[in-house]
Parts: sequence; C-alpha cells; structure tokens
Amino acid sequence: MIISRQAFLRLSGCSFLAGAARKLKAALAPARWAMVVDPAACARQPNCTKCITACHQAHNVPSISDSRREIHWIAKEPFDRAFPGQEDEYSRERIAPAMVLCNHCDNPPCVRVCPVQATFKREDGIVGMDFHRCIGCRYCMAACPYGSRSFNWQDPRPFIHNPNPDFPTRTKGVVEKCTFCSERLGTGRAPACVEACPEKALTFGNLADPSSPVRQLLASRRHIRRRPELGTGPNVYYLL
Amino acid sequence: MRDRGLIWIGLAVFLALLAFPAWRNLWAHASAKGPEPVLPKTEKQCVLPVEYMKTSHMKLLLDWRDAAIRRGARDYTAPDGRHFAVSLTATCLRECHGAKTDFCDRCHNYAAVALPCWDCHQDNNPRHPFAPSARDGDASPERLAEVAR
Repeated sequence: MIISRQAFLRLSGCSFLAGAARKLKAALAPARWAMVVDPAACARQPNCTKCITACHQAHNVPSISDSRREIHWIAKEPFDRAFPGQEDEYSRERIAPAMVLCNHCDNPPCVRVCPVQATFKREDGIVGMDFHRCIGCRYCMAACPYGSRSFNWQDPRPFIHNPNPDFPTRTKGVVEKCTFCSERLGTGRAPACVEACPEKALTFGNLADPSSPVRQLLASRRHIRRRPELGTGPNVYYLL
Repeated sequence: MRDRGLIWIGLAVFLALLAFPAWRNLWAHASAKGPEPVLPKTEKQCVLPVEYMKTSHMKLLLDWRDAAIRRGARDYTAPDGRHFAVSLTATCLRECHGAKTDFCDRCHNYAAVALPCWDCHQDNNPRHPFAPSARDGDASPERLAEVAR
C-alpha cells in the first residue's frame, strides 16, 4: 500500500491527538478508589496482623482490650461474621477470614444520617471523616451496616503507646473509622495496610481506570462484596 | 481639729484601696509586658505576611483543615509561590515554631484563650507529644509525667 506524505502526516497527527485525548480523559475523570481483598492470600500467614498494626500505628488508633470500648479501623473477621447470611456450616472451613474495613460505599448511609456533615463522600469515592466536626452522636454507627466505625468512650491517648506525630489522635466522644489513608493518597502513597501486607493480599486502586490492578483483578477473578443487597454500593471487594 | 490624725489615716487607707490593682500585680509579679513568643531562628517569613498571621492565623488554619480533609489538597501554595505541606505539626511546628509551649501558648495563655487544637494534634516536643492544653491547667512536671504515661 502506498501512502502519500500528506496522508501519513495527517494520520499520525490524528492518532497522536487521539492518544492525548484518551490520556486527558483518564486524567480528568475523578478517581474512584477501591480495594480488593484476597482472603486466600491472607490465609497463607494465619497469625499475621501486619496490616492492622501498620494502620493502627499510622493513625494513632488506641489499643484497648475491652471489647466494648475497643477501636479498630481494620480487623480480621471469620467468613460468617464478615458475610452474614451467606454462611453455612462449612463456610469457616471453606473460606478464610477476611480483612474488614470501611467499605467507602457509593451510597453511604453514615453520610446521610450525620447531622453535622462530619462524615462526607468525597469526589474520589472516599467516605471521609472530619474529626474536628464530629459531635459524637453515633448516628453513623447505627446507620453503618458493617460495624466499620468505633466510638471513643474515653480519652484514647493513654492507650496510644508509640504515637505517630504526623497524624492527630482523637478525643473522647469522637467516632473514627478507616479513611482509605486519604492523607497518604494526597502525597501519592498507597494505604498503610496495602504497603504492609507481606502476601500482597490487599490491592488498592482506581476503579475508573480500566488498566488499574483492581480492575484487572475484578475482571479475572470471582468476587463478592459485603451485603450488597442493602444498596450501599460497597467498594471493598473480596476474591473467592 | 483633733481628728487630723484620723483623717490622714483614713486618706492613706483610701489611697491604698484605690491602688489595690497595682499592689496586687506587684505582689503577683505581673508585668505590663506583652507575651513573648519565641520566634523561628531560620525562617523570616511565615506562610503569609506576619500582620495577617497575627490577626488571622486561625482562619488560615481552618482553611487548611477544610482543604486537606474535604478536598484532599495537601499542598498549599502561598501568594509568593512557595509550597507548604498542609500540616499543623509537620509544617507549622516542626519546620518553624518548635514546641507549642514556646510559641502558641505564650500568646494564648496571655490572652486566656484555650486551644482545642492540641487535644488531638501533637506537639513537636519529642518527650511530651501529648502536652496538655492550656485548659488542662499549667504544664507542671507532674501533669506532663501523667500524660506521658
């Protein structure tokens, strides 16, 4: 096939423009952050708590042993507790415990009930918390179907043994939860739990980008979400 | 005229009572001097001009809070083009002002304005990251030890 110089230049110019436009579109579209959890990979080290330690250390989460007052941003739950209604007698044998954290729902009930907008949905999909504004009414805790939120029944500072100076603590009377490490994302780093996992069982990425690792995992593996029937649109996926 | 002595004594008592505020301040070692915050040694220019910071630093901090938490903007560009990480502990304290007791508390204690910032944000004092705020009373060694525990 013979192609004139003019046609060649026109074609290459057009393809360059098309490529640039695709890049621009991807850059302009807001991110939709999501996480993919692989419980099978997590189960290769059954006693590992590195993600929990890393998260709680990074965010000054107090370690309180009293289960009525304990505070967690991320926790390990057996299948029947993470996925109530889908369990059977054999689920514990069949499926490994899963890491549970805030699902950063598309339609977050906690945000709808917060009377002071201390918790809010960001454009990038993160359900954020403004600890300054929380009045401790705990409506969000009642609304969240996943138990992702914890309340500070007491001053947490005596229970923080090795504080991270770059992240504030909370006070008594404030609700807290996972923020998808929005403070780390703002400086281009992955969430602390994702970085800490030795088995790469946690994958974090942008659902709006078809080439992102989360999209590739979701395209290639069977997965479930926690209680999707409630219509909350959780953004944490679990591989089967 | 036999009451002359009494009158003078009464006058003296009256003047002493009138000057009570002065006596009391002398007794309490108070002075008319303003607060003396420890100024940064290395930096000459704050994020914004000093006059603005003196009157409106709280507005800037609230803007930083909303930008960082709600819009995810963790980088602040000052009008003169310099960039700052939006962080009370890392930028304001660690890079310039040192421990809060040397800077923030000086004026705020003078003005009797209690700061809730330090109920959550940490001081840049390696020994006492959880320094008590002004409303917890004085930063006595016992109190600091208690908080540090």
